[in-house]
Amino acid sequence: MREFAYQRVTQVREALTLVAENDGSRYLAGGTNLVDLMKCGVEAPTRLVDVRSLPLGGVREGADGGLVIGATTTNSDVAAHPEVRRRFPALSQAVLAGASGQLRNMATVGGNLLQRTRCAYFADPSQACNKRVPGTGCSAVDGAHHNHAVFGWSRHCVATHPSDMAVALAAFDAVVHYETLDGGGEIPLSEFYPPVGDTPQQETVLPSGALITAVSLPKAALSPWSRYRKVRDRASYAFANVSIAADLGVHDGVVRDVRIALGGVASQPWRARSAEAFLRGGPASFGTVPGGG
Amino acid sequence: MSGAAPAVGVARPRVEGPAKVTGRARYAADVPMADLAFGIVVVSTVTRGRIRDIDVAAVQDMPGVLGVIDHRNAPRLNPDAGHFFGPDGGLQLLQDDVIPHAGRPVALVVAETLEQARAAAEALPVTYEVLPHDTDFSADHPAGRAAMALFDGPVDVGDVDRELAASAVVVRERYFTPEEHCSAMEPHSATAWWEGERLQAVDSNQGPFFIATVVATLFSLPLEQVRIRTEHVGGGFGSKGLCGPQLVLAVMGAMHFARPVRVTLSRNQVFLTTAMRPAIEQMVRIGADDDGRLRAIHHEAAFELSPLAEYIEGCTELTKTLYATPALRTRLTAVPLDILPPYSMRGPGAAPGSFALECAMDEVAERLGIDPLELRLRNEPTVGPASGLPFSTRNLVACLREGARRFGWASRDHRPRMRREGPLLVGTGLAATSFSVGAFPSTASITAEPDGTFTVVVNATDLGTGARTALTAIAADALAVGAEKVRLRISDSDFGPAWSAGGSRGTTSWAWAITEAAAKLRSSGDQGTVTVDTAQLLNDLPSRERHSYSAVFAEVTVDPATGEVRVRRLLGMFAVGRVVNPLMARSQVIGGMIGGLSMALHEEGVRDPVSGRHINADFAGYHISAHADVPDIEADFVPDYEPGIPMGIKGAGEIGNVGTPAAIANAVWHATGSRQRALPIRPDRVIEEHPLQ
Repeated sequence: MREFAYQRVTQVREALTLVAENDGSRYLAGGTNLVDLMKCGVEAPTRLVDVRSLPLGGVREGADGGLVIGATTTNSDVAAHPEVRRRFPALSQAVLAGASGQLRNMATVGGNLLQRTRCAYFADPSQACNKRVPGTGCSAVDGAHHNHAVFGWSRHCVATHPSDMAVALAAFDAVVHYETLDGGGEIPLSEFYPPVGDTPQQETVLPSGALITAVSLPKAALSPWSRYRKVRDRASYAFANVSIAADLGVHDGVVRDVRIALGGVASQPWRARSAEAFLRGGPASFGTVPGGG
Repeated sequence: MSGAAPAVGVARPRVEGPAKVTGRARYAADVPMADLAFGIVVVSTVTRGRIRDIDVAAVQDMPGVLGVIDHRNAPRLNPDAGHFFGPDGGLQLLQDDVIPHAGRPVALVVAETLEQARAAAEALPVTYEVLPHDTDFSADHPAGRAAMALFDGPVDVGDVDRELAASAVVVRERYFTPEEHCSAMEPHSATAWWEGERLQAVDSNQGPFFIATVVATLFSLPLEQVRIRTEHVGGGFGSKGLCGPQLVLAVMGAMHFARPVRVTLSRNQVFLTTAMRPAIEQMVRIGADDDGRLRAIHHEAAFELSPLAEYIEGCTELTKTLYATPALRTRLTAVPLDILPPYSMRGPGAAPGSFALECAMDEVAERLGIDPLELRLRNEPTVGPASGLPFSTRNLVACLREGARRFGWASRDHRPRMRREGPLLVGTGLAATSFSVGAFPSTASITAEPDGTFTVVVNATDLGTGARTALTAIAADALAVGAEKVRLRISDSDFGPAWSAGGSRGTTSWAWAITEAAAKLRSSGDQGTVTVDTAQLLNDLPSRERHSYSAVFAEVTVDPATGEVRVRRLLGMFAVGRVVNPLMARSQVIGGMIGGLSMALHEEGVRDPVSGRHINADFAGYHISAHADVPDIEADFVPDYEPGIPMGIKGAGEIGNVGTPAAIANAVWHATGSRQRALPIRPDRVIEEHPLQ
């Protein structure tokens, strides 16, 4: 780990200014991923701007009757929040399926969305990796493939996005809110992670220097019966082989509403829109599913 | 016993427990030291090749840097230095520019602080000439050759081929287990310094006397000039049985910079530079009559090793013990590859060997339509099947019968895929196990102090297992005093020769020396100091088959749609001789069973197929069972007593690891109807295309 400056801020504008004035600056929230990557030499920021003291924590009711989750709310607090559990239980379940209790106490919603892939080749600076050093190649393409992408990958990168939380957020059509020195903006989660293509190093469409301030869940996505199911190599503390956040609304035996998002399969949470379209309006039975018994 | 109640057999917590939970116990990396410098190891990023250049000048002027040791300025080492299997090239660090395996240390960067040393080590430019490597293990690799036969050598009893031809059923299968890593919680750390003419070191290892002899040979020093201490150790699992790179490099640092140098491996370096279990491929053929009587067992195991050092993964050892058979053939093959030298890990040989043998036995039971428990009971030997020697004690049947009773085995429907709970399939399985026991020569001294207490000095090492507590109880009973009268001193090479904490022979070896010293002291009227060496006594011990035994039962659930296997219940019944401390013995065997569960379902060193390097060399990538994976575990002991060893003890160190993988694999078959012959039993090996049909 190289030496770096550390600064704690209490105002959003102060954070934005500090990061804008220095190319090597990075926001630090829970640090559960960034600090690991600094230790193994993948990240080498010259300044960390600690945003945990910004007034961005907590879960509140949105203007449309949905929920707004502040960017510095910890994963543990999101998972435990009564309204999250009541309105979007798959989000609570997804958060609890990730990491460990200690990590969830530190990790934040904003940081969770910006965490880097756990591809072993990415984490090893002596291996070629287009995501870490653009143009060097992808060791993983010809390497060990366990838990790499099955959808949306390219020859340039086969890494997956590791977040469980983001899978549930994708199912619920979440929107990411951010601030920059030139003003704020919002990005639907479905557009937040760009396709891999030949630029795997471009992991989000956030403007340079932007700070995530909140994530909102629209009232239209209210899914009190939603569920998150994660398949992994051990019963806890492992990334997904594949995970699914799903909600199914059935009336009179007919599928009216359906939301399906998959995790652990692509460089972004993968919304299964074709499957949703196939199911919507059809009969709610096992026989609907190709290959189902 | 005159007055004092016996201490052996009584459940007592660890004597050093309060010191450990309050942080007062010092591990090797915690010992305060004046004028201490820190060394950080730089390891090779190529799997085979030569060092082209190490640009020391690039880091020499970085803050706090004292210097860099590499092959150009390192002290010369004695190539004869080695371990149990002869000279060990793994010890010959920084002696030349050759890279024999990925992760080979190439330099030690020493600085005033840990942070400065790490910064310079990360900045140190090392360039390599890359040569082609071979890390692809298979049993039929052309480089394969017979393994060294120091133990578990080839056995030929009867005519295997004729017996197999005459058998009603023959099972012939191959079994694979991957590279696995010891993964002790405490990373390897050593601090070395000179005190006058003497080299001193505090190191994390499994036996400071043995390590001192290796260091003395390696650095061409008289043994008297070397002192190694090992107060507390945070687990070893085999990886600290050898003189580790941390100690070799710390000693080099102390020599080069003439001040104390501490070298602590990072977690990644623990994976890359300390001993692992080799990848193993086994072939088992078993022939049996209709009534389940075995006619032949043929067991061959091939394992990888490094050309740098000999090693034996004795997979066929328990095959020579467990079942009566008129024909028996065993072979071990070693395949040299460009890998770190492997070494003993958590039940070496027996853990993977038992997986192959006991899964094959389960297949024999399936083919014959016999209860797997009954099949084992029908093949109890009266003498050692390979040696012809009598068993000193043999309580496998007691373990099997009592385990079956407690587990509820009698109600099992032996047909596979018969139990379903919602989307889950449920199955049960068992395995029988033996584990060789004995003792190695050790010395001990006891002094009768004027205040009526006794100072017992024995070069034992407590890896966290409770050896201190057990030996205190043994000394108290041997001296016929209360445990509070015994002061035990361990883990200092100056205390003289003793066996290390390994091979499930620590407690028996040390206890033997203590009981002999106590007897001698008592016969001299509890006066002065007596010192004993058990070498001659061990020579006089008559040859017998001496083993611990266990029966392990497992219940699993399998989700065929996802391939997830979860262990719901584990039960182990053990015959480990007299139990010195039921509390700690239970912890030890439960820990072993969890290790077996972890081996069955999770542990797997993964290499990059292109570079040949480990790509999961940390605890995020190398999965060990988490708490959520560990089910309700019951472990208990059947009455047992080893007549050849003082106090009737055997050894409970590793047997818990053995048997559990086969019991789980057999339970997965019982749940699904599919055999799992490769570990770990990962979801992708279990998942079914049409789980609902």
